[in-house]
Amino acid sequence: MFDFLSDYDDPTLLGAFWVTIKLTLFSGVGSLVWGTLLAAMRVSPVPLMRGFATVYVNVVRNIPLTVIILFTSLGLADIFGVTMGSDIFKTRDFRLAVLGLVAYTAAFVCEAIRSGINTVPLGQAEAARAIGLNFTQTLRLIVLPQAFRAVIGPLANVLIALTKNTTVAAAIGVAEAALLMKEMIENEAQTVLIAAVFAFGFVVLTLPTGLFLGWLSKRLAVKR
Amino acid sequence: MSSVLYDTPGPRAKRRNVLLSVVFVVLIVALVWWVWKTMDDKGQLDWALWKPFTQSEAWSTYLWPGLLNTLKAAALAMVIALPLGAAFGIARMSDHKWVRVPAGVVVELFRAIPVLLLMLFANEFYVRSTGIPSNERPLYAVVTGLVLYNASVLAEVVRAGILALPKGQTEAAHAIGLRKGQTMTAILLPQAVTAMLPAIVSQLVVIVKDTALGGVMIGFTELLNSRQTLAAFYGNVIPSFVVVAAVFILLNFVLTSFASWLEQRLRRSKRSTGAVLGAEDMEELNPAATGGTYGAGAGGKT
Repeated sequence: MFDFLSDYDDPTLLGAFWVTIKLTLFSGVGSLVWGTLLAAMRVSPVPLMRGFATVYVNVVRNIPLTVIILFTSLGLADIFGVTMGSDIFKTRDFRLAVLGLVAYTAAFVCEAIRSGINTVPLGQAEAARAIGLNFTQTLRLIVLPQAFRAVIGPLANVLIALTKNTTVAAAIGVAEAALLMKEMIENEAQTVLIAAVFAFGFVVLTLPTGLFLGWLSKRLAVKR
Repeated sequence: MSSVLYDTPGPRAKRRNVLLSVVFVVLIVALVWWVWKTMDDKGQLDWALWKPFTQSEAWSTYLWPGLLNTLKAAALAMVIALPLGAAFGIARMSDHKWVRVPAGVVVELFRAIPVLLLMLFANEFYVRSTGIPSNERPLYAVVTGLVLYNASVLAEVVRAGILALPKGQTEAAHAIGLRKGQTMTAILLPQAVTAMLPAIVSQLVVIVKDTALGGVMIGFTELLNSRQTLAAFYGNVIPSFVVVAAVFILLNFVLTSFASWLEQRLRRSKRSTGAVLGAEDMEELNPAATGGTYGAGAGGKT
């Protein structure tokens, strides 16, 4: 029943899902860093930074991810010559996809963290200022640690959405799960079985993430 | 200009802020200059490449039909997904376990599968099992994929909308002798639908964005797909990307603004129970949702 799987060795089924996992991990870390920076800019005392972050978030959130990913390949790589330090197409496209996913996901991470900052009571920030902490110290020592604990739930949702969004990388030919499914489903007879296998793969990837981070967010939630 | 996170800037803080602004501006200018120069070197700034967008041909032949298809797919998907989602949302709150559990499994399953996989499968299914002509098949496949995913998201929205209503509504309905079905259709659903409107409009943004996936992966001739045909004809890669992105941004911005206008209107309204499901609630149900107003906490209003 599953013998058609052995016809595919570049990548294999597990190999394709491994690429999906790598895309998720790299983009996840990248967008967490860039998203946190954006969130810090959005609440910073410098009006220009606030303006930049606000415009960035509102513009990027309204563009389809597919447009961004396609642009990294057709625009950034082909016209601007951004090859991400690799001439091998396979590596280059993988890195471009990560870049696109980071640029897109960071906007959602930024909004999640900002809403987290909004859950920290005013008194916390006021008390921090009253004992003489400056903006960076207030943010780093008082507000962000509480905010991060409040946003584990929303960030988990962003991570799950990111896992599913990695399939868009298929648009520029990154050999991840969705591209393999497209190839298999067009060439094999067992369409339903193939769809079920890939659907199961994504359930396996997203379900434990959701359950674990959901448990973590309850455990770490600041009791007020 | 002050916020709770920092004091009103004094002389030193002002100087530091100015310095930071200058550094930031230099970085931005450097980036813009690099983009401008590269585009100039590659000839992407030539007026000949931008000119088509000032004339009607590019719009009437490529962009407008593409945009219409995008809107058509999004509207169809929403119209079909809404009743389906309502049915599953209500089924999930059923008193009978044999209704509640399967509905829950279906909803959670389709929320966990990427839309692209649903579209690819629907496309292949239509190729093999139906006689839908090949020029219409992509639309069917895109709408099917979007419906399956969004119905399961909307099921959660409907459930949250009904749960957000005050308990007194159900109790009062039972007190005047309405049965469960009557309570749902005559009392809870009409109020929940009103409360859900902003969330539903926000979800439209997600649907519009997801149609682009069908354009690249299964050849649905929506806006992004038309861009490719257009760029092949005029040879203007960057200008076409800029224009198409601008159209998407404008369209989604209008939808987002409409959603938050609706939300504020509903919150002000004295005729309702005050239960509103806004963009912020959507973010919990579906992180891909956009826009919205946020509570003003320590972050203040920006």
